[in-house]
Amino acid sequence: MNRLSRGALLMLVLALAFLVGPFVVVFLAGFSGGESLKFPPETYSWRWVRHVLEVEAFQRSLVTSLWVGFGSTFSALVLGVPVAYALSRFQVPGREWVRTALTLPLVVPGIIVGLALLNHMVLLYDLPVTASLLVGHTALLLPYTVRVVSSSLANLRVDIDDAAVTLGATRLQAFFKVVLPNIRAGVAAAFVLAFITSFNQVPVSLFLTGPGVSTLPIEMMAYMETSYDPSIAALSTLLVAFTIVLVAVTEKVLGISKYV
Amino acid sequence: MHHLELQGLTLAYGKAGAAVQDLHLSVAQGELVSLLGPSGCGKTTTMRAVAGLLTPLAGRIVLAGQDITRVPANRRDIGLVFQSYALFPHLSAFENVAFGLRLRKVGVTELRERVTEALRSVGLEDFAARLPANLSGGQQQRVALARAIVLRPRLLLLDEPLSNLDAKLRVEMRAELRRLQRQLGITMLYVTHDQDEALSLSDRIVVMRAGRIEQCGTPEEVWHRPATAFVASFMGCDNVFDAAAGLPLPWPEGASHLAWRPQAVPVRAEGEIGLRGTVLARSYLGEHVEYLVQTAHGKIKGSAPASAPPWLEGAAVSIGLDVAAAAVIPPGTRT
Repeated sequence: MNRLSRGALLMLVLALAFLVGPFVVVFLAGFSGGESLKFPPETYSWRWVRHVLEVEAFQRSLVTSLWVGFGSTFSALVLGVPVAYALSRFQVPGREWVRTALTLPLVVPGIIVGLALLNHMVLLYDLPVTASLLVGHTALLLPYTVRVVSSSLANLRVDIDDAAVTLGATRLQAFFKVVLPNIRAGVAAAFVLAFITSFNQVPVSLFLTGPGVSTLPIEMMAYMETSYDPSIAALSTLLVAFTIVLVAVTEKVLGISKYV
Repeated sequence: MHHLELQGLTLAYGKAGAAVQDLHLSVAQGELVSLLGPSGCGKTTTMRAVAGLLTPLAGRIVLAGQDITRVPANRRDIGLVFQSYALFPHLSAFENVAFGLRLRKVGVTELRERVTEALRSVGLEDFAARLPANLSGGQQQRVALARAIVLRPRLLLLDEPLSNLDAKLRVEMRAELRRLQRQLGITMLYVTHDQDEALSLSDRIVVMRAGRIEQCGTPEEVWHRPATAFVASFMGCDNVFDAAAGLPLPWPEGASHLAWRPQAVPVRAEGEIGLRGTVLARSYLGEHVEYLVQTAHGKIKGSAPASAPPWLEGAAVSIGLDVAAAAVIPPGTRT
């Protein structure tokens, strides 16, 4: 490997500082001993970390977030894996249109998606808040699951499905016995990516949450509007730690980074 | 009684025109028939249709007296060995071979016996626990073969099974395939673009071009009596002439073309025999040397023993075109 030139090294340090810096600020602020959000804090303590775990609104919205996260991720996979499979293996009419349509939620601003979903599910069909959050997030996550699973399928030889069929399997059996076991890592990667996306999602959730039911990020924003103590910093630190552990474990077990 | 019959099979992929036109072919029980032709001639398409992976536009496929044209691929009892082997990457060699038996709910004891026997017949009993990624190309090929024959299929299709192996292994596997085929008495349809492979393996060869059969015959027939100019040149006759070429020899009555392999065209010193020409290129092939010679009747490929004095490019030589050494191609063939 070539040695890093001094200029390149400087750029690297700057880029890292830019990426990691804000997190360090939040992390330190979360362990503050004082009453208000301040950097650097004057004293350090576990006080606010303990506090956020006891706030009932956070607990309730965390449960909602986990429900919505797992539920919508699961639905997006159940819908997305067959879509990815069909797109990769069969001559689907208008395949390119389907592909483009599936990238729309990635391109259209979340605010607009949220507004559209609000119009439809809440105002038109009068769905309860949790259900509309589930449906909204599922629609939002579908492009992620389809893309990640598609790239995993692209690495798999097409003819192993045919081989399974000539050995006596139905197309469905071929999928479950031969295709699915070989795209496990891709499905896991899609799961993690989709779950994190749902868990951190703000703009769409903003429109769909209602009285009494809120997701964690929305609850955190609401909290910040009324109080300016280090709770949010402490909670953010916990969430980042959770996300890092989730990604690290799945990467270690399944090696998912090549699909994302 | 014919075991497999293809009656007027017409096949196409997608919206493109027909890849195979009105194909008729019969294969006897225990026979090994090769479909031979250049890529795009429809041989693999034909095989996929027999396997049930492609629905014919027209025609019937009859196996052991039963019309299977509409029978789904998974209920045809036809084995298929893919060019890429198509092993299941997540399963060991043993489990790859056991796959079809497990689908058929074969009992544990019988399953183990049959898988072990199949792996033994291809010489891989010691590799049962390996994943495909940890097997060599030749070993993967054998697993693919074992996976197909363990089900005792009524017909075994092989799609260029040896084309991904190196030359030496290819020749070994050829002999082994032939031995297995004889031993199991299994009917095989073998797709290849390699004429040596077809010649050495087959009971009969079907030479295909552009979705049609050019000739169907024993290896000897196809080699010595090519039915068309295409078959002649595909079987190694680099010198194919029609009557219009005006060759200085007695043109046999009723012949549309005459064809010579380079080995049948001697190259000598200038003035010794027949046609005069100039050497354009020479290639040393061990036993003999092949010369590309420019003559008044076009380029002709001939050969001389390696012991003969070498002629360099530009040298004046003479070559002998002998009707007795030529393959005489009858008229009425499409071009």
